[in-house]
Formats: sequence, C-alpha cells, structure tokens
Amino acid sequence: MSELLSVRDLSVDFRLSGSTMHAVRSVSFDIRPGETMALVGESGSGKSVTALSILQLLPYPVADHPGGSIRFKGTELVGADEKTLREVRGDRISMIFQEPMTSLNPLHSIEKQINETLFLHKGLTRAAARKRTLELLRLVGLPEAEKRLAAYPHELSGGQRQRVMIAMALANEPDLLIADEPTTALDVTIQAQILELLKDLQRRFGMALLLITHDLGIVRKMADHVCVMNHGEIVEKGTNAALFAGPKHPYTQRLLAAEPKGNPAPPPANAADVMTARDIKVHFPIKKGLLRRTVDYVRAVDGIDVTVREGHTVGVVGESGSGKTTLGLALLRLHASQGAIRFDGKDIQGWQAAKMRPLRREMQVVFQDPYGSLSPRLSVAQIIGEGLKIHGIGSGKEREAMIAKSLEEVGLDSSSRNRYPHEFSGGQRQRIAIARAMVLKPRFVVLDEPTSALDMSVQAQIVDLLRDLQVRHNLAYLFISHDLKVVRALSNDVLVMKDGKVVESGPTRQIFEAPQQAYTRALIAAALNLVAVKTGDVRM
Amino acid sequence: MSTSSATASPLPQDRFLGMKITPITRRRLHNFKANRRGFWSLWIFLILFTLSLFAEFIANDKPLLVRYDGNFYAPVFTVYPETTFGGEFETQADYRDPFVQDLINEKGWMVWPPIRYSYRTINYNLSVPAPAPPSAENWLGTDDQGRDVVARLIYGFRISILFGLTLTILSSIVGIAAGAVQGYFGGTTDLLFQRFIEVWSGLPTLYLLIILASIVEPNFWWLLGLLLLFSWMSLVGVVRAEFLRARNFDYVRAARALGAGDALIMFRHVLPNAMVATLTFMPFILNGSITTLTALDFLGFGLPPGSPSLGELLAQGKANLQAPWLGLTAFFTLAIMLSLLIFIGEAVRDAFDPRKTVGPLPGTGSALKPSAKPVAKKAAAE
Repeated sequence: MSELLSVRDLSVDFRLSGSTMHAVRSVSFDIRPGETMALVGESGSGKSVTALSILQLLPYPVADHPGGSIRFKGTELVGADEKTLREVRGDRISMIFQEPMTSLNPLHSIEKQINETLFLHKGLTRAAARKRTLELLRLVGLPEAEKRLAAYPHELSGGQRQRVMIAMALANEPDLLIADEPTTALDVTIQAQILELLKDLQRRFGMALLLITHDLGIVRKMADHVCVMNHGEIVEKGTNAALFAGPKHPYTQRLLAAEPKGNPAPPPANAADVMTARDIKVHFPIKKGLLRRTVDYVRAVDGIDVTVREGHTVGVVGESGSGKTTLGLALLRLHASQGAIRFDGKDIQGWQAAKMRPLRREMQVVFQDPYGSLSPRLSVAQIIGEGLKIHGIGSGKEREAMIAKSLEEVGLDSSSRNRYPHEFSGGQRQRIAIARAMVLKPRFVVLDEPTSALDMSVQAQIVDLLRDLQVRHNLAYLFISHDLKVVRALSNDVLVMKDGKVVESGPTRQIFEAPQQAYTRALIAAALNLVAVKTGDVRM
Repeated sequence: MSTSSATASPLPQDRFLGMKITPITRRRLHNFKANRRGFWSLWIFLILFTLSLFAEFIANDKPLLVRYDGNFYAPVFTVYPETTFGGEFETQADYRDPFVQDLINEKGWMVWPPIRYSYRTINYNLSVPAPAPPSAENWLGTDDQGRDVVARLIYGFRISILFGLTLTILSSIVGIAAGAVQGYFGGTTDLLFQRFIEVWSGLPTLYLLIILASIVEPNFWWLLGLLLLFSWMSLVGVVRAEFLRARNFDYVRAARALGAGDALIMFRHVLPNAMVATLTFMPFILNGSITTLTALDFLGFGLPPGSPSLGELLAQGKANLQAPWLGLTAFFTLAIMLSLLIFIGEAVRDAFDPRKTVGPLPGTGSALKPSAKPVAKKAAAE
C-alpha cells in the first residue's frame, strides 16, 4: 500500500441541543509519504474538523462519525481505543495549530514542553532529551537556542513561538505533520520564513504534510495535491498545477477569482485636503523604580506626516506593532497624541470631547474584528441608528428609512435590521459596521484592517463595496492593512511604517513597482510572492 | 413614511399583554418560557405573592363586610367602635367576641375571610396549652402565644418578599452605579474606590445592628437602610469586572467615534453586557436579603416584637421542639420560597443571553442559530 493516510467517506456530525449539524460530509482523500496535501476552504467549510478527526481530537460525544474510515499505515483510527491513539498522536502524526499565543503552555519553559513529548514517546533520559531539544530548536532556526531553553512562551515573538511549536511537532520525527493554518496569525514576512522552514524540514525528514489553509497563495507555493472544501464536502481535488491552471468546479473558480483586484478609483482632480496631520507623535512612558519615574518612552508613532484628500485613499502598511492602528486612532482624536491635526481646515488637536462631538459625524472608523466591533446586545437597527440619534438627525421614521437605506447600500436586506449581530456571518457583520459609519455621511473614514478577519471571497466583496462607496460619496479613506494585495487594490498612495516611523511613502504604483527601501522590498516579496528575503530589516 | 421602510417591516406588530414589543423582546420571552422550570416557578411565585399582598382579605380577625341594620360596613378598611353595632364600649369592635357577633347577626350578617385570625390575633379558646397542634380551627396550629401559624405565615411571607425585593433593587442600583464608575474610568478612581470598599466591607454589620437596636427600635425602614449600607458591595465586583473588560472593546471605541458621551456609552453599550452577570447574581442577592432578615429576626435583632416574621417562627420552632409544626412550617416556607426565586433567576438569565437559542420561535419557522442562513440578498456570493 503506497498511501500513508487514507480517508474514506468520512463524515462528522455535531449534535447541538436537539439539532444535528453535518460539519463534514463523505470526504475522501489519500496522502502518500513525503507529499504535501492542502485542504483549502473558507471558514466553516469543515477543513479543521477533518484535520482534527484524523487524530480523533473532536469533542466526542457531541461530535460523531456516522460513517467513514481513516486508515493510517493500515491502522483504523476512527473509534480506535485511547492506547492506540496515544501511540499515534504526537509520535507518528503531529499537529501544529494556528494560534501560537495559546498553543503553548504559558507556565512551562520551552525545554520542558518539548521534553514532554520526548519523555512520553521515546522514554529518553533528561540529559538525552535536553540534547535532542537543543538539536530541534537549532533545526527550526530559533536564534540562540541554548539561551532559549529556559525561556517562557511570553518571552518569544509570534514567529519564534511558531518555530517552537514546529520543533515540538517534529520531536519524534513523525510520518505526517498536520499544519492547521500555521501562518495565519503571523506577519507576512514571518509567514514566508515559516513556510520555507516547513518545506525545508519536509524535504529533510521525508515526511508528509497536511496543510490546512484558506490562503490560495500558500497552497500554490507549497502543495503537491489540493482538495477544495466547501460546506463540508470536497468539491474538487487534483494536483496543484492542474487545479490552478483549470479549475473545474464553479466554487473553485470563484475562489480563484476572488483575489482582491482592480485598481483604486481614479481620484478626482483638484480635490480638497480633508485631513492633514503634521509630525504626529504618540509616546507611551515606560516607568521604573520605586517612584515610578518615566525613564523612557515607547514610540508607537514617531513623527508622521499624512494628508488625505477627498476621494483619495491613503494606505498604511506595516507589520503588527508598527503603530498603524495607533496612528489611525490619533487622527480621529480617539487616542491622545502630539502634533498638528487639521480636519477640514480646523486645527482639532486638543479639542474637548464636547467640542469634537459635531465633527464626529464627519470622521468615522471601521474596525478589524467584525465580531468585536458590534455591541452584541443591540439589534442591527440600534447599532446603525445610534450615530443618528446622538447627532439628532431626523425624526424616528426618517431614521428608520435612513437605516434601511444604508443597509441596502452595503448589500444587506433591510428586513434583517431587527436581528442581533451574532446571527450574521463575518462578512455581513463587517457590512453592518460599514453601514454604521456610512449612515452619518462622513467625509473621512479610517478603515482599520477591515478585511483581515474575513474569508478571501468576502474580502474581495468588501473591497469592491468600499471602492464603490468612495466613488459615490467622494470619501477620503485612511486604509490600514498588513495585506498588501488589498492595499494595492484600494489605495492611491501608500505609507510604509516600521516601528512608528515612515520607511517609505509615495503613489501606490511607484511603491509596488520600484520600492526604494530594502524593508519595503522585503515586505513586498514576502507578501506577494511568499519569499523570505534575508536582510537585516526583517525580524525573526 | 418612505416606501423602503414600509417594505422593511413585513411582520405584523407583535403584542404582548397589549403592549407593542420588538422581535427582540419576543425572543427573550420565548427563551424565558423555554425554561419550563423557571416559567412555572414564576407563576407559582406570582400567585403566592399576589395572594400574600391581599393578606388582610385572607387572614383577618375582622369581617370583610358587615350588614347591620340596613347599612353596609367594611371593618377591614374602617375602624368602627362597638357602639355602632349596639355594643357598650367606645373602643373598636372585637368581631371575634361572641357578644359582638350576636349583636350583628341579630340585625344583619357578616362575611368573614377564610382564616379568621390576623397575625397578632390570639386564640383564647384553645383546648390545649399553646403551642397548640394543627386542628380544623388553626390549620397549622398556633405558636407559643396562641397566634394562628397560617395567618402569621401569610403576613411573614409578604414582609420577607417585600423587604428582599426592596433591598435587592436598592442595593443593585447603588452597586451597579459604583461598579460601573470604577470599571469604566479605572485608574485612580478605581484604586481609591476599591480601597474604600475593602475598609467598608470590614465593618461588622451584626454589631452595628445590635448597637442600633439599643438606640432606636428597629423597624422595616431602619433595617432596610442599615443593611443597604453594606449589601450594595456584592454586585460591585461583577459589574466592575465587566466594565473593565468592555471599556476597550472595539464597539465602545466605535461608539466614541460616533460622538457618544461617557454616560451614554456606559448605559447603552457596556451595561447591557454586564446585565447577564448582574442578573445571574440578582436571585442570590434577593435570597440573601430574605435570609438576612430571617436571621436577624431569629436572633431577635430584627423587626419589632409581635411582627409576623419567618425568622421569629423559626426561633419559636427551636424553642418548642415538642411542637414540630412550628419549625417544619418555617423550614418548608423558606425552602420553597428560596428555590422558586432561584429557578426564576435562572430563567431570566437564559432570556437575556443573546447566544442562547432554544427551539424555533413560533411563527418564524426557522431556528435562530448562530449559523443562520445568510441574510444578504445582494451578497449572495458569500
């Protein structure tokens, strides 16, 4: 038998308070030794559930397999006893998870956590385990491995933690590594590094890799075979080349076509400046000692100039922690800052909350996380109508009409306005958040990663919607994102930020086609081609 | 009204008890009703409480209505001297006196409440020394002063619930306000307030009550005020934690970006989310308040002597172990009352939880599950 893992007609049901949800329906695929299989799909397509059922890690008996078999080297895993499963888990099949922040135990040192799997499966002595751990940490490219042995997870960056996770997974040289969205929570530059590491390790150990992801870019770069999942079923499978060259199923075609594309709307000529900021600084004091004296500052935003004109979009890109969001909040006067902020010709720096209130109507914000930015206990109508109420716009009935109209404008059914946010999908929630901002007819909108938490196909729709709204209402956007593809599709000008400072800025085309700075080049290579550029500018 | 908003409300106006309600309220009601135990507990409790509110019409030593000499009299509402009915004294008529009863029956009739005892009526015609065991006249017997236990129970139940409700509402208002201010503003405000609460909660409530009892005769309002001084702290921790957590949420930030003021954000955005935690605590606070009053009465520091109270009944049960009907009555009344309130509290909590959905709403035909079908028409591609 040439197959390492063979999944046949696998189904997974979840029983929730009387109703049964079919999460996975009759899924079949094979993985041969040494090859990379990618499971692609949007959130809720059942790809993670499929992966978890291989190791039988689902919450049984809430989850249930009404049928199907999973054979690993000829051994049936569905319904296998605990002993068999324990021998397979972490030894023959290992798994790495999406969230490196929560997948490591915060109370144990790195050494202790990696040793644990070695003790469990190999029965090594402490000294031997230490040696092996060190070897593994070097293998995954953790800098200064000896010093890191005693480190705790919070002392490491996200990328380093993911490397530790990979080291743990590789400890017993598994035959199959399951990577569930291994890079989703990481910055683009780190993402490229981790992917290269995985590929390199796979070559060295000859292990098979089951890669679960929503990102087609990663699939194209990494996978030998691809399975596309939608609503719990595999709609199409094939080799990497064949699938990308000629997708057969309409869903795959749609998924491939969903990449945010298009160009920013041509900006109107001689547009007026809406928001001008000069030398914006946001410093957080670092206090030390008994008297809590300020010894230094964290310079989150350190002297940034930005001008946003009517109908224009300024894209702000950078890795996490570069101060993008803080800049956006400072411009909206939601965060204390220093420097001149001129909105519509008025210097609004230092204005009291009461004086700012009338201006709030004209400057709005859309946040990244559509799950956190809508008050869960207010209905959609209440959420959207709140701004109207605060600013005393319209009578009760007029407001109703305005709410309905703004919902329709963002592509939602206006009869859904009495529902609660949790009844909507992520993309629909983001539309609600956009409607909340747009109903006030603002002139300046800060878009803080409005597409990052969304599925690929939904991202493209939101980008189209935002562009459409911009043209219709002649809006000025400050578009904050780490996703360069989205930025390219929407921005007229780009500002590249690093550690609170502007590295490079200019028209979008110029930045993308002829980046001047090494950091910008590394960022673009990592984001668009998933290539890790080895320069001193990119953190490990 | 524009056409778009007219088409936007296809549902007929929903009504509950004659009031217009939103679909959201409708769903809360639905969730509440889905908790069968809590729903039935509410009905049982409401019936008992309503009955006890009319205690004067159920257990009284005065007739509800008297027909005498062609005139109607309502002794429950008005005090009539005995001379009204042809008696000799200028004092209030004692309707239980066979002499007075004969006087009235001669020229008319009387309608008595089902129990012819008030909480302080002493049955002088007992055949055995008090406390007398249950009989046809005194359904649950009498206490050691010859007073009817059923009558005292009805009045005692009423005063317990009223005290508990008042104390809970007042201490919740104070506690939520204090917790909200601390959590929302944080920093120094929070620090100072927390230290104050630590000091304040260290004060011994019971001793203060004993001291109070030696200065004034504690009545309902004195006890309420004094207990309120300390009971408001129980909610502060929960509300403060919820506010601390929620004040940095994106939707609070979004509200600030809309131009909402602090008070509006606190009440509209943060408080509703703190309500589930608060409501979860409420039945316990209510029960705690009732138990506190009972305990004080049991110890003799509570309501003035002679007041109907469950705690006093318990104390009598302890003092008269040969009369088990006293202790058992008090025990079962307290146990059932406290259990009913907890069940209701659980159902209320379910009702306010937006993630909790139980079965399909009547009339809509679709279960409102988190994974509900996409509502967007135009975003069909999603």
